[in-house]
Amino acid sequence: MNLPLTIKETKEGLLKKKFSAVELVDQYLANIESRKELNAFLTVAREEAYAKAKRIDSNLENLPLLGAVAAHKDLFLTKGVRTTASSKVLEGYVPEYSATVVERMNKAGAIMIGKTNCDAWAHGASGENSDFGPAKNPWNKEYVPGGSSSGSAVAVSGGLSLIATGTDTGGSTRQPANFCGIVGLKPTYGAISRYGVIAMASSLDTIGSFGRTVSDVETIFNVIKGPDGLDSTVIDFKAAEKKKFRLGIAKEFFMEGLDKEVESSFLETKKVFEGLGVEVVDISLPHTKYGVPVYYIVMPAEVSSNLGRYDGIRYGSPRSSFGAEAIRRIMLGTYVLSAGYYDAFYLKAQKVRSKMIADFDSAFEKVDAVLSPVSPHPAFKIGEKADDPLMMYLEDVYTCVPNLVGIPGLAIPFKFTKKCLPLGFQLLGSRFSEPTLFKLGKMFDEATDYKPKIAI
Amino acid sequence: MAKLTKSDVLHVAKLANLKLTDKEILKYTPQLVKIVDYISELNEVETTGVGPTSQTTGLTDVFRDDKVTADTIFDQDRAISGSDKTHNGYFKVKAILGERSDK
Repeated sequence: MNLPLTIKETKEGLLKKKFSAVELVDQYLANIESRKELNAFLTVAREEAYAKAKRIDSNLENLPLLGAVAAHKDLFLTKGVRTTASSKVLEGYVPEYSATVVERMNKAGAIMIGKTNCDAWAHGASGENSDFGPAKNPWNKEYVPGGSSSGSAVAVSGGLSLIATGTDTGGSTRQPANFCGIVGLKPTYGAISRYGVIAMASSLDTIGSFGRTVSDVETIFNVIKGPDGLDSTVIDFKAAEKKKFRLGIAKEFFMEGLDKEVESSFLETKKVFEGLGVEVVDISLPHTKYGVPVYYIVMPAEVSSNLGRYDGIRYGSPRSSFGAEAIRRIMLGTYVLSAGYYDAFYLKAQKVRSKMIADFDSAFEKVDAVLSPVSPHPAFKIGEKADDPLMMYLEDVYTCVPNLVGIPGLAIPFKFTKKCLPLGFQLLGSRFSEPTLFKLGKMFDEATDYKPKIAI
Repeated sequence: MAKLTKSDVLHVAKLANLKLTDKEILKYTPQLVKIVDYISELNEVETTGVGPTSQTTGLTDVFRDDKVTADTIFDQDRAISGSDKTHNGYFKVKAILGERSDK
């Protein structure tokens, strides 16, 4: 069968009985099998998917995610289905409960198809830090799909799943969405509960979602957002909807290392918005270049604390099972928090973080959203940066600041390189301004006559 | 800014409860030195009078009722189901106290 490419097509097809949920699952499982070399899944939940599909077919209800086949990053706990964080430490771990996001998507009619590969513990920007081998970019298997939510982005862009979840602590949803040519949302810090999601850096962690269109990501967001009483950072917030918009581009974005093709497609993005009557003005975000150093202090500090619980006693294997990147981050984080270095590194970083927040606060007095590149370049080759941790850290230059500031970012695909690798951009908004980002994204897609597609 | 040394790496590994081999120490030390050099760039940012931020939505002291619900508790069997090192419904752990050496 020809798979429907959006949530809306899936739901309408089911309600009009053009196809059954079981047929959908048949086709997705066939695709997963025929594209096994992409290494997108660590666990395929075949039985669970068929059981859910049969329930849907026997009782069709008008639910927001009806029949939407969903893949979850292997950081999301799924009751009865193995959850590894792509680490050998949790190789045999089967959770006793599910994450709030998983529960909410299931209740909204989604069919969980499996658990996706990622950089172990979500540490990485290429997928290569997975303890179970790297996932591969479906547009060209010699290239990385981005990370850390590598398998989720591969699953959606490669037609192995309709939608997927990810996490975004410094770009782990937006960057793989960008490398794979799909839409990825990093929500406002505090918009979505992280209960049941393996923690990386708790002051930065957010729940990401992947889809082929802005509308699909908006639908997922509306299903999973809001307090559950189990993550005390979540607040209920309703942003005012706007009709007329002004966008800003920071001059600091045009920095050394920005690829020419990325830059020219980015400037075209600006023209598309201007063509829609949206004013685009120059702004300044002076602390942009300190994003990576601040991030690589705050994040490992919190990582070293969160990974302290893995002692191999109550579940999982001993600490000797940690891979190289987890060890580096635990060591770095422990160092910046240790006596004598706390003030110079951790406290200093938290202060520069305040200055970044002030940069964005003043920008959002002038503009409704900021237009930014996602990655400084298109997807790179597998192995190209794997031996140089610092080079890999610099991948986060455009994506980690929104996490430090706590604001939402929506990555949208636009155009391809000469080598046929996806390009795109991100829209950054003020806290809880997701509706504005969705609106702008949909306006953009309409203006460019965007058509969702599967990478073959 | 302080330069990271091999003894720092050994000290940090001990604090983090990581047992590293000599080969691993040799591998990680130069990598960490390079990263620490890089993050030390922050020194050039003026932060006098700037407060630190650790929570971006401004929440402080979030309270909830101290109620136990069936959804959020495990019985003993479920609580220990993640480990294969159990005994009579308990986790098995290594002894933390040994024989006194001065006896």
